[in-house]
Amino acid sequence: MTTPARKQDRPNPSRRKFLLDSARAAGTASLLALGVGVYSRQSVALPADAIRPPGALDEKDFLGACVRCGLCVRDCPYDTLKLATFGEEVATGTPYFTAREIPCEMCEDIPCVKACPTGALDPQLENIDDARMGLAVLIDEENCLNFQGLRCDVCYRICPLIDKAITLEMKHNVRSGMHALFIPTVHSDACTGCGKCERACVLETTAIRVMPYALAKGELGHHYRWGWKEKKRAGESLVTPDIEHKYNLPAGQSYDYEGEGLIINDAGDSAAPAQAPGDSPFSSNPLDTLNSNALNAGRKSREDR
Amino acid sequence: MKRDQIPGFEATQKKGWLLAHKWLLLRRASQLGILGLFLLGPWFGIWLVKGNLNASLTLDVLPLTDPYILLQSIFAGHAIETTALLGGVIVLVFYLLVGGRAYCAWVCPVNIITDAAQWLRQRLKITGSSGLSRKTRYWLLGLSLPLSFVTGSIVWEVINPVSMLHRGLIFGMGLAWLIVLAVFLLDFLVSKRAWCSHLCPVGAFYSLLGHTSLLRVRADNREQCDDCMDCFMVCPEQQVIRPALKAVNGAGPVIMSANCTNCGRCIDVCAKDVFHFGLRANNSCEHINCGADSKTEPPRTESTDNNSHSSKINPITSRAEVL
Repeated sequence: MTTPARKQDRPNPSRRKFLLDSARAAGTASLLALGVGVYSRQSVALPADAIRPPGALDEKDFLGACVRCGLCVRDCPYDTLKLATFGEEVATGTPYFTAREIPCEMCEDIPCVKACPTGALDPQLENIDDARMGLAVLIDEENCLNFQGLRCDVCYRICPLIDKAITLEMKHNVRSGMHALFIPTVHSDACTGCGKCERACVLETTAIRVMPYALAKGELGHHYRWGWKEKKRAGESLVTPDIEHKYNLPAGQSYDYEGEGLIINDAGDSAAPAQAPGDSPFSSNPLDTLNSNALNAGRKSREDR
Repeated sequence: MKRDQIPGFEATQKKGWLLAHKWLLLRRASQLGILGLFLLGPWFGIWLVKGNLNASLTLDVLPLTDPYILLQSIFAGHAIETTALLGGVIVLVFYLLVGGRAYCAWVCPVNIITDAAQWLRQRLKITGSSGLSRKTRYWLLGLSLPLSFVTGSIVWEVINPVSMLHRGLIFGMGLAWLIVLAVFLLDFLVSKRAWCSHLCPVGAFYSLLGHTSLLRVRADNREQCDDCMDCFMVCPEQQVIRPALKAVNGAGPVIMSANCTNCGRCIDVCAKDVFHFGLRANNSCEHINCGADSKTEPPRTESTDNNSHSSKINPITSRAEVL
């Protein structure tokens, strides 16, 4: 006996086939998509020595914007840029360069950015000096020749923004005791990350490298304030008023804090601020000092030995 | 396979080899010619076309962009610049006119690989199939868009064999040949026409542009058909032929399916000259003689028609499945 309701329950071969077919298709596609999705997440990390072209968006945005066409590569006059191939660590088909091989020559008309059809290289970058491809970091102080007191200076000399992006900072050479160290110092407010310093470093393996900003830069605690900057901005100390530091120096000498340092005045120079006797924490009688507890204690221990 | 069993044997006998391979040769010329245009630059320094199939610039004026990649980019959250959008619109309009999947047959370099796999498969009489559904590609297409949204990247590009091969040939392969080899082996040994006709979401995307196509393959001489099956054997989307050829449910003679790649191979191999390229106009049953057997044909729609086993035994499909 069949009721109309039971008739409906009877499996319909074509409907069943349709559903099975759809389920199979969805399953296969999901499997593939799952693999692709996981793989695409893994390929987001850019290796530290791969540098994106000037104007490239942040890596995450870049991977959603770059269509892997290679037009920037074609318009690069120095063959700096290349497309990542499958199997490399850089996302397949995206442009990058390796500074130690061919650095960016910082063309004034920025042809790579002009060539980009999608805006993965930001067309708002009009001055190449504003590019921030990465940040040069003098990473190996132990092998950098300038750190040993030699005058290599090659990274400094080759820098397209010499004296802005890299300066030489003089330091005392403790080893020789009489010379100066000229320390190449990178300034992030000017360095474009072009990589010419990395290319030019004379060492077997470069001591200065262009690194991604995320690796190269520290970040202050957001509540941190530089006291001296705040003081300058406010015009006065924001905490307890500064007490001027008193130096106890031989007569004829003075110390200029935040300035020249030790000033030895010529004898008889009347302009020199002579140390007023009342300024000294010590008694004018030397015996008072000799008999002080601290010194006595020191002598006692020496006698015990 | 004996010589006279090779599809197109009769047509070759009748029309001569050249005419029986006319559209195949033109297609290969188109595929290799387009690739050649891209290679003129890097090989000979003649920069007519720069870039690759994802996006290109021809003669420094004409931008072309793959609309499927743009769509993924939009889903990834990127506001695309005008040049790429314009390029996408040009490509879109072009394929709306000539049939979306003409891209697959006339441009895509992977088609050469999968056609080679199918040719070998046929010669070595490798039959059977893993039962992939032709709908899988639409699921992949559908999944690639939310996946682009979630990952924020153009997600299909991490494995897309089309751009891997094309970009690889122009800019350097790396290990991309492994992906191409995988597609070849899949089509050759695992499942018939697996990549282009079952899995590829790029082809699936272009098929969406195929509904409005003016350019169509027509079976105007369908009453001449002697059921030799050659067209079914060579067709990469064999489900598209039947409605037009056999006037299923009174269908007109124009192959209307969006999945017809306009490859024209059916035109080549038909000794009776049933098929030809034409426009979609005049697709009515009154226009030409509809087969008398049309009323007895069981209704079959394209969506359920794939190369898995059919419960209804039909002389045409049952033989096509074996091959």
